Amino acid sequence: MSTSQLTPGVVPGRLPAEAYCRNFADLEAPLGPHEARVAADRCYFCHDAPCVTACPTAIDIPLFIRQIATGTPEAAARTIFSQNILGGMCARVCPTEQLCEQVCVREVAEGKPVEIARLQRHATDILMAKAPHPFSRAPATGKRVAVVGAGPAGLAAAHRLAMLGHEVTIFDARPKPGGLNEYGIASYKAPGDFAQQEVDWLLSIGGITLDCGKALGREVTLDGLRASHDAVFLGMGLAGVNALRAEGEDLQHVRPAVDFIAALRQAEDLASLPVGRDVVVVGGGMTAIDAAVQAKLLGAETATIVYRRGQEKMSASRHEQDHATSHGVRIICNAAPVKVHGNGTVREVEFAYTADGPGGLTLLPETFRLKADQLFTAIGQRLGDVPEGLALAEGKIAIDASGRTSLAGVWAGGDCATGGEDLTVTAVAQGRDAAIDIHAALMRP
Amino acid sequence: MANLQSDFIGIKSPNPFWLASAPPTDKEYNVRRAFQAGWGGVVWKTLGSEGPPVVNVNGPRYGAIWGADRRLLGLNNIELITDRPLEVNLREIKSVKRDYPDRALVVSLMVPCDEDSWKAILAHVEDTGADGVELNFGCPHGMAERGMGSAVGQVPEYIQMVTAWVKKHSRMPCIVKLTPNVTDIRKPAEAARRGGADAVSLINTINSITGVDIDAFAPMPTIDGKGTHGGYCGPAVKPIALNMVAEIARNPATHGLPISGIGGVTTWRDAVEFMLLGAGNVQVCTAAMTYGFRIVQEMISGLSDYMDAKGFASTADIVGRAIPNVTDWQYLNLNYITKAQIDQDLCIKCGRCYAACEDTSHQAIAMSPDRTFTVKDEDCVACNLCVDVCPVETCITMRELPKGTPDPRTGKPVGDYANWLSHPNNPAVRDAAE
Repeated sequence: MSTSQLTPGVVPGRLPAEAYCRNFADLEAPLGPHEARVAADRCYFCHDAPCVTACPTAIDIPLFIRQIATGTPEAAARTIFSQNILGGMCARVCPTEQLCEQVCVREVAEGKPVEIARLQRHATDILMAKAPHPFSRAPATGKRVAVVGAGPAGLAAAHRLAMLGHEVTIFDARPKPGGLNEYGIASYKAPGDFAQQEVDWLLSIGGITLDCGKALGREVTLDGLRASHDAVFLGMGLAGVNALRAEGEDLQHVRPAVDFIAALRQAEDLASLPVGRDVVVVGGGMTAIDAAVQAKLLGAETATIVYRRGQEKMSASRHEQDHATSHGVRIICNAAPVKVHGNGTVREVEFAYTADGPGGLTLLPETFRLKADQLFTAIGQRLGDVPEGLALAEGKIAIDASGRTSLAGVWAGGDCATGGEDLTVTAVAQGRDAAIDIHAALMRP
Repeated sequence: MANLQSDFIGIKSPNPFWLASAPPTDKEYNVRRAFQAGWGGVVWKTLGSEGPPVVNVNGPRYGAIWGADRRLLGLNNIELITDRPLEVNLREIKSVKRDYPDRALVVSLMVPCDEDSWKAILAHVEDTGADGVELNFGCPHGMAERGMGSAVGQVPEYIQMVTAWVKKHSRMPCIVKLTPNVTDIRKPAEAARRGGADAVSLINTINSITGVDIDAFAPMPTIDGKGTHGGYCGPAVKPIALNMVAEIARNPATHGLPISGIGGVTTWRDAVEFMLLGAGNVQVCTAAMTYGFRIVQEMISGLSDYMDAKGFASTADIVGRAIPNVTDWQYLNLNYITKAQIDQDLCIKCGRCYAACEDTSHQAIAMSPDRTFTVKDEDCVACNLCVDVCPVETCITMRELPKGTPDPRTGKPVGDYANWLSHPNNPAVRDAAE
């Protein structure tokens, strides 16, 4: 007998084959040319536009939208890429409802912003579909830069450095480049292997060597990289995950949500991926949303997000929350896990209601239990082991505004470093800016 | 529901909305559909002389320009007068008029510039029972090269001569349709009046090239790689038409000459504007060609509501009401002083007013770090550019300074009415003083 949504336990193939294709197709269809012109026409071309200020990479949004409106989407894409070489991915994954679109004067005035993200995707898709790569390299400088991590920060740094004429080698611990773009975001946000296509496109500028399967502190060391290169950029992200710290967290089918998402992204056949009948996700961020929604799309009968504080404190935007609930995910706030029940395998999760007062979060005596075949933890990630000598701040590598660490010749950016939120777009900005500073430092006579 | 009954030079129609002589009025089929839809009248597409009819191109006849969301703003055409046999048109006109006696049916005419040609066709038209004729002295393309259309309309003496022939050989009311492709619209209107015209209608289309194909290096619309100038119409031409109507209405030599207003009339409001400037009725084409005949229902309801709101008993009450307020620049009150005022509650902080004023005007808007925009009264000349570029209606308004209060820009108190004719900078005033 075949499995269904009602099959107990954690099993693959809960859905008919065609359902996987449908469920994991493009979340939002791309704009057609006419739609794009109409959407672009809504932009007021604001003076000193708030959307640009809100964009961590400071893309000249009114300009690129005007370039779309005047029938030159490729020029629009060059405007975007000149500030953000991962503008294609950012168009798909940026929480624009909390950034550019939140401050769009039309959002403020009428609750309907200019569709900046969709317009950005329109322009970048068109240019990326065409050869050749829109940027060329400056004459070779003879300088060599090592980049650790082929995620958004490392790729942005490497591209800018290559553009400026340096030779770059990127080391990454995983078998494939892309970082969280490849392993960490919901599948339907960038279908069609977009993350790898984007990396290939980015690398086509030349001058960048990719060395995958090389982790810092394992195959390569910071001291070694400093000795063999003129500069080092660290963008290895957050390798560690926070523990649940509840009794029973070592039961089978209790695992970090990021591992589930990564396994899903790398699955050749989604039907082969086991998923629980009842899935519980603990956390309040985008990772929690991505895990819960995808569990549901894989055929889980129920998927429930439990967040320990109030809804207004969830770091996942309202837009993301609505996305989850519209897919049948239930969101419970003000409850914290106190015990995972089960005999070898998780069966239930027990939560205590919480009160968020001036003295911090307190657990109330009343508890409840949720059925769970699978429990995903999405309660934050932390820095993995870091080389000695690097000053840390707030659990991250401390950097200044130019991305410089406490070690000479070492820069850092992205989720592993301080400053900004842990977003793709922030990582791109930090990688780019560090590259510019590295260039200035290396070229100083 | 107000009474929209219209009487234009004795031609009665249930409302003042006529379809202009153009493609929509070329055939019985179209005109019947128009009357069924509610149009008050129709000017039948221009008839030519007996004999083989003209031919049209077999490529595109129209070109256009568009606004946001492909809203059609301007249309251009290179279609000629009717390309159907005269006898077919005459038979159809007679048939339609018989079935719609309450509607206005005027026939547009364009024949060679000799008395016999005009005399001949007038006899045919009278036989149809049509209510009047409109002399097409306006079309700027094709026919003009053959000495007709705007080739006549650009020479006042010809207008007068042909109009006189028409009045001599026909008892029908005669409307002379004017071309805007002249430097002073008053001259052809005066000529029409001298020739005995009962009314003028304007504007006909404006010479134009709607665009250029930047790959084929050819004007649009393009026919086998070539293009020619065509007649421009639609919403984009309305301001030009309004001015020309007003010029004729307030010119002493033509004041009181009935006018049928044409040029970009798209809504009831456009129609009211034309009528306020002196048009007794309006003629519509592009709007119907864009949306179909049903738009007349919006025009009827809109005009009716407006008349009810204003207490107007008849459409005649509207006609010409704004003419006394159309004046020359030299009579404008130089002591009427206003300042722009930004409603902070309505402001959405886009900063367009700031960019416009700072870059292209008088640096009279201040911007704070938190994007609050305020007018600097001491620099504001009240040019209105901020009002015009603001995307929020009524967010920026012009506030009149009361008499006696000082103008922060000049330091002088607001005085009584005074115009250029008495201004000390006027050389004529200086000369008189010496």
